[in-house]
Amino acid sequence: MKKPERVLLAGGRVVDPGNRRVRIWDVLIQDGRIAKVGKQLRATGAQRIDCRGKHIAPGFIDMHCHLREPGQEDAETIATGTKAALAGGFTKVCPMPNTDPPIDSEALVRFELARAKEAGFARVYPIGSCTKARAGKELAEIGSMKQAGAVAVSDDGSWVDDPQVMRRVLEYCKAFDLPVISHCELTGFPYGVANEGLVSTRLGLAAGPDVSESAAAARDILLAEFTHARLHIAHVSCAATVSLIRWAKARGVQVTAETCPHYFTLTDAALETFDTNFKVNPPLRTDKDRQAVIDGLADGTIDAIATDHAPHTKSAKEVEFDIAPAGFIGFETAFSLGYEQLVLAKKLSLADYVSRMTTAPARILGLPMPCLQPGADADLVILDLKARWTWTRDQVFSRSQNSPFFGRQLHGRVIGGFLGHKQFWFLHPA
Amino acid sequence: MKPRFKHLLGIELLTRSDIIGILDQTESFLEVLKRPIPVVPALRGKTIVNLFFEPSTRTALSFSLAASRLSAHCVNFSFPSSSVQKGETLLDTARNIEAMRVDGVVVRHSMPGAPHFLARRLKAFVVNAGDGCHEHPTQALLDAFTLRQHLGSLKGKRILFVGDIAHSRVARSNIICFSKLGARVAVCGPPTFLPTDIEKLGCEVFYRLDKILYEVDVVNMLRVQNERTDLSLFPSIREYRALYGLTRERLSKLDKSVLVIHPGPVNWGVEMDFEIAEFPQTLILNQVTNGVAVRMAVLYLLAGGHEET
Repeated sequence: MKKPERVLLAGGRVVDPGNRRVRIWDVLIQDGRIAKVGKQLRATGAQRIDCRGKHIAPGFIDMHCHLREPGQEDAETIATGTKAALAGGFTKVCPMPNTDPPIDSEALVRFELARAKEAGFARVYPIGSCTKARAGKELAEIGSMKQAGAVAVSDDGSWVDDPQVMRRVLEYCKAFDLPVISHCELTGFPYGVANEGLVSTRLGLAAGPDVSESAAAARDILLAEFTHARLHIAHVSCAATVSLIRWAKARGVQVTAETCPHYFTLTDAALETFDTNFKVNPPLRTDKDRQAVIDGLADGTIDAIATDHAPHTKSAKEVEFDIAPAGFIGFETAFSLGYEQLVLAKKLSLADYVSRMTTAPARILGLPMPCLQPGADADLVILDLKARWTWTRDQVFSRSQNSPFFGRQLHGRVIGGFLGHKQFWFLHPA
Repeated sequence: MKPRFKHLLGIELLTRSDIIGILDQTESFLEVLKRPIPVVPALRGKTIVNLFFEPSTRTALSFSLAASRLSAHCVNFSFPSSSVQKGETLLDTARNIEAMRVDGVVVRHSMPGAPHFLARRLKAFVVNAGDGCHEHPTQALLDAFTLRQHLGSLKGKRILFVGDIAHSRVARSNIICFSKLGARVAVCGPPTFLPTDIEKLGCEVFYRLDKILYEVDVVNMLRVQNERTDLSLFPSIREYRALYGLTRERLSKLDKSVLVIHPGPVNWGVEMDFEIAEFPQTLILNQVTNGVAVRMAVLYLLAGGHEET
C-alpha cells in the first residue's frame, strides 16, 4: 500500500446506491477524499488508473462478523480478519462481541479499535454486548461503550431469554440511539445442528425448528413496539421471520433486519455429505425459506446483507457433524454470491444490491452515508463484474479456511479499492 | 459379484438391485451357517476392525461372528462414549487405524455421519453399524431378508412401524429399504415420536394404533429407548403401553398370518407384552440368526472375497 497524492479513476461505471444510479464517470481522489466526480475529468500529474469495464462502488460495510480477537487468535485476529474483509470489498466491519472475554466494557471496545488501527486494513466499528459477560442478566455499560466507539449492542450467539432484561436493554439504548441486534433463537429448544425438516429427518440430525427463530423474533418485535426502541434482527434465515418483519414494518415498529449470503444461496440439501463446512447457526433452511429471504431483500423487508464471517480452525471443524462449531468464513465470497443470486438472477438491481451492503447498514448503525460524492472519504471498491473465478485455499486471506464455497464458480470479483489514503489491490486493475 | 459401492454407509445410497444382490448373497451364507462346521475361507488373511463408540452387544457380536465365519481376523474395539469428548478425536482414531493397515472398519457411533467421516478419510472399506439417529443398514438388510423368507417378496405388502420413529436409526433404514423393495410403509406413534416431514419419505402416518394395526401384513415394533423416557415426549410408560403397546389384548385380535419383528433388545411390558415372544409369527430370533448371514454377505462383498464358498 502506498500513499498517492492524487489518483484519477478513469472511465469506470460508478455505482451510487444512495441515488440508485450507475453511470460512467471519472473519480478524482485527493488526500484520501473524493475531490471530484464527473465526465472526463482532467487531472494533470495524477496517477491514472484505467477503470474502463470496471465498476466503482462505495466500500462495503459488514455489520455482522466475528474477528475472534481477543481469545481465539488461532482462528482469526483483528489484523487477519480485516485484511480478509478488504479482499471481499468491505472497508468497514462490525465485529460481534462474543469473544473471550466478551466485549462488554469501554476498555475492550478501545482494545479492538487500537488493534484495528495498528493493522491498518478495514476500519472497525465494534458492537458491544448488551448484557454483562453476555450472560443475559444485567445491563452492560452501554453508554460508555458507545462513547468509546461502539455502534450497536448485541449478545450475538445467544438470545436474551429474559423478557424483562430485553425490555430494559431496548429502553436503555434509546438514550444513545443505538440499535439492539437480536440473535433470535429460543432457549428452550435443543440446539439444532440442522434445520428441522425432511433433510434432518433423513439424516437423523438433531434438528432445530425454524419456529425457534421466528418465535424469538416475534417477541423482540413486540417488545420493540412496546418500548418504542430500535431493534435489528440478525441473520434472518426463514420465511416466517421475513413475514413477521414485513408485518412489523407495516405497523411502524422500528425494526431492521439483515441476512447473509448463505441464506439466499444454499439450502439444507447441502448437508447430505455431513460436511461440517455447511454447519452454521441459524442452520441452512429449505428452498422455500431461501426464496422468502430473496423476496425480503427485494422488497426491502430485509435491509442489509452481512456476512456472519465465522472463522474456525481446521481441527475444530474436522470432527463429527454434531460437535463441530457452527459458522464459516464469509468476507471473501459475499459480494460474488450476492451478485450471482440477486443481481444476475434479476431479483435486485446492481445499485440496490450495493445499497444492501453500504447505505443500509450505514443508516442502521449511524455511520457516515457511503457515497462517491466530493468531500466523502475515499472508501471505495473496484469490481470486475465480468470475472468468472473459482476460490481456492491458496487465495484465502482469513486465518481460517472453513468455507463451503471452495471450488464453486463465482461471478463478479473485487479487484481492489481505496481506504482513505491507501490503495489496496488484490488483482491488478488492468 | 463385485458391488457397485465401496462402503455400506446407508440404505439410502443403495439401489433396489444393490439390495437384492446382498440378499441373494445372504442366502448362500445362511446355507453355510447350517453346516456342521459353519466356516468358509472366503476372507482368509483379511482384517476387520469393529469400532464401537456406543455400547452394543448383539450387533458387535454378530459382526465379529460374521467375520470369523468368513475366516477373517476380527478385532473389537469399544470406546466409552465419553472418551470422544475428552481425548482422541475421530480423525486421530481414523489415522491410527489407517496406520495399522486394516481392510475394513465396522463402526457404530452416537453421531450421524460419523461413518461417512471415516469413509472419506480411510482407504479401508467402512460399514455403518449404526450412526446416531441416522441409519443402521445391516439391520434393514437382515429384516428385509427375514421378511423375504416368509413372504417371498415385499412387493405390495403393508408394513407398519410402531414407536419412537424420531430417535430410531432402524426405522429410517427399514422404511427406506422396505419402500425400495416395493412395500407400502406406514408409521404409528404419538406425534412427539414422529419426526418432521416423515410423510415426505412416502409413509402413511397414524396416531392411533387400533386404526391401522389390523390392516397390515407386518408389524415392525421399535424399542422405547430408556434414555428417551423424557416426560415431554410422552407422559408415562403406562399410557404409552395402553395406546401404542402390542399388548395381549391387541395380539388376540391380530390375524395369525401377521408377522412381528423387532430390532431388539425388547423392553418387555413396554412396547410389547412378553406373550408376543410365543406368538408363532414373531420372528425376533430369526432376525438374529439372519443377522450373521447378512453381515457375512456385506463383509464378503466389500472385502472382495473369493467366489468359492
